[in-house]
Amino acid sequence: METQEDESQLSEYRTLLAHYISQKDQKLPTEESEHLRRQLHACGILPEDLLGLHIEALKGAGIFSESAMMRSLNFLMKMMSGYSKAYREHQELKDWQKQLDTELDIASALQKTLLDGKVPACSFADIGAISEPAKRMSGDYYRIVNDGKRLVVTIADIVGKGIPAAMCMSMIKYAMDSLPENSQGAPSYILSLLNRVVERNVDTNMFITMFYGVYDPETGIFSNSSAGHEPGFYYSAREDRFMDLEARGLSLGLAREAEYKEYARRIYSGDMIFLLTDGVTEIRKDHDFIEREQIVALIRRWMHLPAAEIVKQVMRALKKMQDFSLQDDFTFIAIKF
Amino acid sequence: MNISIKRKDQGDHRFLVAVSGEIDVFTAPELQKGLLPLTEIRGGTLILDLNETRYMDSTALGVIVAALKSASRHQCSFSVTGMTPRIQRLFEITGLMELLKRVQTSRGVAND
Repeated sequence: METQEDESQLSEYRTLLAHYISQKDQKLPTEESEHLRRQLHACGILPEDLLGLHIEALKGAGIFSESAMMRSLNFLMKMMSGYSKAYREHQELKDWQKQLDTELDIASALQKTLLDGKVPACSFADIGAISEPAKRMSGDYYRIVNDGKRLVVTIADIVGKGIPAAMCMSMIKYAMDSLPENSQGAPSYILSLLNRVVERNVDTNMFITMFYGVYDPETGIFSNSSAGHEPGFYYSAREDRFMDLEARGLSLGLAREAEYKEYARRIYSGDMIFLLTDGVTEIRKDHDFIEREQIVALIRRWMHLPAAEIVKQVMRALKKMQDFSLQDDFTFIAIKF
Repeated sequence: MNISIKRKDQGDHRFLVAVSGEIDVFTAPELQKGLLPLTEIRGGTLILDLNETRYMDSTALGVIVAALKSASRHQCSFSVTGMTPRIQRLFEITGLMELLKRVQTSRGVAND
């Protein structure tokens, strides 16, 4: 099919070239040649291929004089008109892309500073956290705070990817920072507060899922609420068993009034908690999805390591499963008590 | 990624929108364009058929949330059919299922 098209283009080119060379006034039979030029450019012919076509057409064209050669080159030049404009446009696009790239780099660096990502020192738990955006900007957010009395862990996933999600993430960060310092607020209370902020401030097609957990080392109680967030895992050392950290609640921003249920469990030494964003459970493996059991199996393989190592190893394994490129922003937190 | 959106006018302001393919960050805007105007028909009924939807990411959920909110504002009934177990789980976890029920219940009372 393609060769047939090539053949017909060559024969048309040859005819027009012969016609042009034979003419004395050096005017192109405009309509046909313009039509051919447009056709060639429309099918994306490269300058070097056009030159190749010209060379092919020259064969047997009966060029025996310098002036005929000059006329053939003139013909080629006319056929090539438009390339310089395309080249200029291409350069302009490249410059523009470079500028966007720089702006994205700055935004991405700024987001990294905002996200902070520090894991606090903690005498009663070993904590590891890792977060990687699928592109340059992330829609994931996490925050781990040890205020001396309690350990507060937040993990959130903003619907969507890229820049809009990243901007929304900044808003969540500031909403959380403006919560009263040392707020003794229960997880359910904090989530309903944040829900109102998000509902008022985000576009109707955006929402945020969030898990908010608080551990009190004095009582050994871990209490949490969830706003539509992918359930994490709880590992019971006594039973040597993983359980879903099941919690239900509307995602932030879905409805103006939302109430969040609070869940509590007693944590014993050796127990672990794993929190993740849906990037982790939406990862595809050969067009299929990775099941939660597979993630548990990965955690089990490395759970003897320090928390920071567990998150690194699990992340590496999951990335390997999807050929080292993330489909979605990805955040994973491990807490070993 | 390809997506095909088929719209079926069943008369009496009742529309069925069937989506086949994968709804992700690239195809979601197309779905939004096809869905939103139908949610603005006051007193209308809109059914989103996901029987042929192989994959949805969170951006797709965002489109459905926007449609739900708009339907609720315009007193248009909105429901979703043909969810795969995976999509159903996603709806349940994020609370979308509850929101769908809320919209349907309030409409049901208003309608019947």
